[in-house]
Amino acid sequence: MQICRFTLFAVLGIVLVACGNNETTSTAASDELVIRIGAAAPLTGPQAHVGKDNEYGTRMAIDDANAKGLMIGGKKARFELLSEDDQTDPKTATIVAQKLVDAKVNGVIGHMNSGTSIPAASIYFKNGIPQISPSATAVKFTAQGYNTSFRVMTNDAQQGQALGEFATQVLGLKKIAVIDDRTAYGQGLADEFVKAAQASGAQIVAREYTTDKSVDFTAVLTSIKGKQPELLFFGGMDPQGVPMVKQLRALGMKTQFVMGDGGYTPKLIELAGGAEEGTYASLPGVPLDNMPSGRDFSKRYEARFHQPIQLYAPYCYDAVNVMIAAMQKAGSAEPAKYLPEVGKVVLDGVTAKISFDEKGDIKGGAVTIYQVRQGKWSAVQTMGGAPAAH
Amino acid sequence: MDILLQQIINGLVQGSVYALVALGYTMVYGILGLINFAHGEVVMIGAMIALTALQALLAAVVAPVLAVLLSLLVAMAVCMALGYSIERIAYRPLRNAPRLAPLITAIGVSIVLQNLAMMIWGREYHSFPLPFTSTSHQIGGAVVNDVQIGIVVVALLIMVGLMWLVHHTRTGRAMRAVAEHPAAATLMGVDINRVISVTFMLGSALAAIAGFMVSANYGIVHYYMGFMLGLKAFTAAVLGGIGNLRGAMLGGVLLGLIESLGAGYIGDLTGGFLGSHYQDVFAFFVLIAVLVFRPSGLLGEKLAERA
Repeated sequence: MQICRFTLFAVLGIVLVACGNNETTSTAASDELVIRIGAAAPLTGPQAHVGKDNEYGTRMAIDDANAKGLMIGGKKARFELLSEDDQTDPKTATIVAQKLVDAKVNGVIGHMNSGTSIPAASIYFKNGIPQISPSATAVKFTAQGYNTSFRVMTNDAQQGQALGEFATQVLGLKKIAVIDDRTAYGQGLADEFVKAAQASGAQIVAREYTTDKSVDFTAVLTSIKGKQPELLFFGGMDPQGVPMVKQLRALGMKTQFVMGDGGYTPKLIELAGGAEEGTYASLPGVPLDNMPSGRDFSKRYEARFHQPIQLYAPYCYDAVNVMIAAMQKAGSAEPAKYLPEVGKVVLDGVTAKISFDEKGDIKGGAVTIYQVRQGKWSAVQTMGGAPAAH
Repeated sequence: MDILLQQIINGLVQGSVYALVALGYTMVYGILGLINFAHGEVVMIGAMIALTALQALLAAVVAPVLAVLLSLLVAMAVCMALGYSIERIAYRPLRNAPRLAPLITAIGVSIVLQNLAMMIWGREYHSFPLPFTSTSHQIGGAVVNDVQIGIVVVALLIMVGLMWLVHHTRTGRAMRAVAEHPAAATLMGVDINRVISVTFMLGSALAAIAGFMVSANYGIVHYYMGFMLGLKAFTAAVLGGIGNLRGAMLGGVLLGLIESLGAGYIGDLTGGFLGSHYQDVFAFFVLIAVLVFRPSGLLGEKLAERA
């Protein structure tokens, strides 16, 4: 799910870039530097609302930059957005990526989902176009050896690690059972969780599996019950998390129940009928209210687009600003010239203080742990992350 | 020991639901020789109708017990009408066609029903609003709640009732007659079409009850929920001997137990080499093994001879 969403965003950006391209060329004056920013995310389909939110976040950053009248390499920069729809589909993502490349974008914000960001990354890499994903979390995205891939959100390894440290160090629980749904997301997250928990001296008393279509976990949970864990971690999404936590409580187990971002949904609370009380789940990033200028950003966003922020708009906004900062530093919007600067950017963003490691992952990315308290998700603790200066 | 007991309880609950759904497959097969692959979707429609009815009744502040009973009745009525229509539209025109043709229409009906449900109730998961809390009871270290006890008891009652219906009523005798020799039954004055319609309606009513039970047990309803359940119940029917009522019950309960014990112990028995995600593989492996040694299932095939 997460992967898909991310990918979608990315494609959207690309599509946007491609569309906007043609109109702008003719209007560009000689003393003006036209910079095309591609954006790719799903603009149609079930995740369309989140994809559109990404486009809005990107657009807001571009409008802000244009309003400031930035100078790049002695010329007045004018930014244009080319937004493309990748439909959360890996194949469409590569088509969209090529379209953006053909439209000669200077850089791409996207894609939204991991599943789309990963295949699209190779096309940007071959053409030397810097790509910053606002929301792709799969480890693989930045591990393909492409120096053009960056992301401004914590990856699944960092998330799994934060969850493992939270379980063992903050909750202080050392007898742990783990279930995953055998998807790339669930399995990857669970593996990282196990690594971090074991590093903190936890004992994994049970490692069990299910599928992303199951609803009956009583057999697995009963088997786990016999091993008396203090905490159960599930790497998977809410359609399985809901019956799992219900059956866990129905079996009379008081075990703490922890999920990743797949569990952090309003749907989990709506469906679990009270059994979910006390459940922990994580989300990469910090709560909007805790972002350095989150409230201000959210106000401006709502005034502009007449809807609340869905999910990743602030990350898109920051991604654009990282790109612009690198262009200013290099004094050029030529991808080949400003690409080396992207990795060196240090930026006080809306979401966090952003800087990258050698792979293009955000350094010390934050993960926030939430808990269901009285039928509501409440932020418990933010793990890691470098708060911005202001 | 309490873990083993708990796994057996888990298996019995799951197996009771499989058995109820398997009865629907087996009755139709016994009489028509047709695998009604749309049966799993009828279970899902039953659950969806029960959901909508229950929501409406609770919104109208009907007493909880009455609301549950009424919504179950509404779901059964709708499913009976649905079962009747499916037979009329998709199977009856093809009764003398090659056996493959109604199998294809069955799959077609299944897809239509699934997409219809997706359009009406959406792609998201719905919460099933059971209007009372299901209290848990301790039995020798194992836990069982009211809904689970209800599932096993109701399934048992229905099976006993169905056996009585087939063996001690005129309708039941007509059903057995049609199963044994349709042409001879016609000559004896049995209205075949009526018997077949009644069979489909009975099976669909059971499906509605099963749908209600599954929803009450898991608390969630989804348009895709009938597919895997249908497949498992079909497996249970084949395991016990398709066409045989007792076989469907035995197969259902057995499959539930195999799954539960398989998922619970396979990891420990193989030292982690095979994990609990092999639960389904294990169940289907048992099915293959049974069919290799007893091709007609555990209790044999014929409704008329054995039922």
